[in-house]
Amino acid sequence: MIDQFVIPLLKIVIVLNATLVAVSYMVLLERKVIAWAQSRLGPMRVGPYGILQPVADAVKLMIKEDITPVRADRWVFTAAPIISMVPALIVYAVIPFGPKVSLFGRQVSLSITDVNVGLLYVVSVASVGVYGIILAGYASNSKYPLLASLRASAQLISYEVAVTLTLVSVVLMAGTLSMVSIVDAQYNGRVWFAFVQPVAFVVFFIGALAETNRAPFDMPEAEQELTGGFHTEYSGMRFALFFLAEYANVIVASSVATTLFLGGWLRPFPNVAMLRFLGFIPSWTWFLIKSFVFLYIFIWVRATLPRYRYDQLMRLGWKVLIPLAIANLVVTGIVKVLLS
Amino acid sequence: MGQAIAFYTLAAFILGFAVLVVTTKDTVHSVLFLVLDFLFVAALYVLLDAPFLAVIQVLVYAGGIVVLYLFVVMLVNLKRPPEAHHDPHRRTKLGLFLAVAVLLELGAIAVYQTTRPVLSVPGAPMPVTGNTEQVGWLLYTSYLIPFEIASMLLLVAMIGAIVLAKREL
Repeated sequence: MIDQFVIPLLKIVIVLNATLVAVSYMVLLERKVIAWAQSRLGPMRVGPYGILQPVADAVKLMIKEDITPVRADRWVFTAAPIISMVPALIVYAVIPFGPKVSLFGRQVSLSITDVNVGLLYVVSVASVGVYGIILAGYASNSKYPLLASLRASAQLISYEVAVTLTLVSVVLMAGTLSMVSIVDAQYNGRVWFAFVQPVAFVVFFIGALAETNRAPFDMPEAEQELTGGFHTEYSGMRFALFFLAEYANVIVASSVATTLFLGGWLRPFPNVAMLRFLGFIPSWTWFLIKSFVFLYIFIWVRATLPRYRYDQLMRLGWKVLIPLAIANLVVTGIVKVLLS
Repeated sequence: MGQAIAFYTLAAFILGFAVLVVTTKDTVHSVLFLVLDFLFVAALYVLLDAPFLAVIQVLVYAGGIVVLYLFVVMLVNLKRPPEAHHDPHRRTKLGLFLAVAVLLELGAIAVYQTTRPVLSVPGAPMPVTGNTEQVGWLLYTSYLIPFEIASMLLLVAMIGAIVLAKREL
C-alpha cells in the first residue's frame, strides 16, 4: 500500500513543487546573470538582492486583467497555455535524480518511475509540446501570433529530428532506453557519454537551445519582428503559463542533458577509489549541480549571442546538424561493431 | 475487473472522440479531437502492456503527423462552404458502401480469429525480454521482409514527393 501509492504520490508532489519553485527562480537567475553580464545590478528592490522578485511577479501576474480577444477561438485559446505547460512537467516522471537510497528503513528510488522506454517517453512528450505554440497562434486570430507560431512549429519540428538522432547514438552506447540504466551504463563504462560522444553532445545542446526557443534561436518571440511572438494576445495568468513553460522546458532540457551526457547523479570519476570521500555529498546534489551548470550556460548564451536570421536557422538545422548527427550515428554503430 | 473498467472507459473515450472528429464543423477542432483520440489509443496500448507501441503512437501520430495536418489546415483556407454537387446523396451512398465493407471485414476477422488454431510465434523463442527488445527482435527475424518492403515503400514515397514538389531538379 505504502510502496504502491503513498511514496509515488509523495515523490510527484515533491518533484512538481520543486520544479515550479525552480522555474520561478530560474527567471530571477536569468535576470540577474544577464544584468551582471551587462554591468547592471538586476532586480534589487523586492527583498535582499531581489530574491523575493518571483513572488512579486507571481502576484502581479495573478491580479492582472485576463483578456480574451473577441474573435478568438475561445476553447483553444484557453487550452493552449495548459497544453504547453503540461508536457514540460510530466517529463519529470522518468528523470532519475539518484539511485536507490534507504530512507527511514525503506528502499526508495530517487525517480518517480523507471520505465524501459524512458528516453522515448521524453521525446514523445516533448513532441506534443509543439501544440501549445501552434494553437496559441491560431486561436488568437491575430496576424503576428500566427506568423510566430508557424515559425516556431517549423523550427521545433526541424530541430527535433537532429536532437532525436543524437539520442539514438546515446542509446547505441548504453544499449537501453531506460534513463536509470543509461546512467548505470556510464558508471560501468567508466566515462561520461559527453566524452565518448562529443559530437552528439554538442548537436544535442544546440538542438536543445532551438527546441526550447532560447536565444540565439528565439525566433518565435522575436520582439522586434513579431511584437512579442505567439503569446502577443495573452495576458495575466495565461501569459504566465507560457512564460513558465519556456523555463520549465529549459530545466527539462538541462536535466535530460545531465542524465544522458554528464552521468546523471554520479559524482565526478565515480570509479576512482581515491575520490571516495566525495561520497558524503548525496547523489541528487550532483544531479542538481550539473543541471545548474547547464542552466547557467543557457543564460550565458543568451547574454552573449545575437539572434540568428530565420533562413540561417533552417540552414543550420537541416544542412549542418542533421547530417552531423547522422554521420555520428553511423560512426558510432561501426565502432561499436568493431569493438565488440 | 480494474482492467475491464479501464478498457471500457478508454474505449468510450476513443469512440466518442472519433465521432467528434467527423461531426465537428471547425476543421482545426476536428484535428484536435484526432490528437486526443490518438492519445487515448496510446493509453490503450499501455493497458495492453505494450509501452513501446504507446510512446511510438504518441511520437509519430500525435506529435508528428497530426502537426503536419494542422499546418495544412491552417494554411489552406477552409472557411468557404463546400460547393453543391449535382447528386446530393452521393456521400451517403459512398459512406454506406464503405461502412458495409468495413463491417464485413471486421466480421471476417472476428470469425477467423475464433476458428483458427492458436498460432505459436514463428521461429525460435525470443531470447530477449522487454517490450522494445521483443518488437526489435520480431522485426528483424520473422517480419524482416515486410519490414524491408515497408521501408522501401516509404523511401519511394519520399522521393516521389520531392520530385512532385520540385519543378526543376
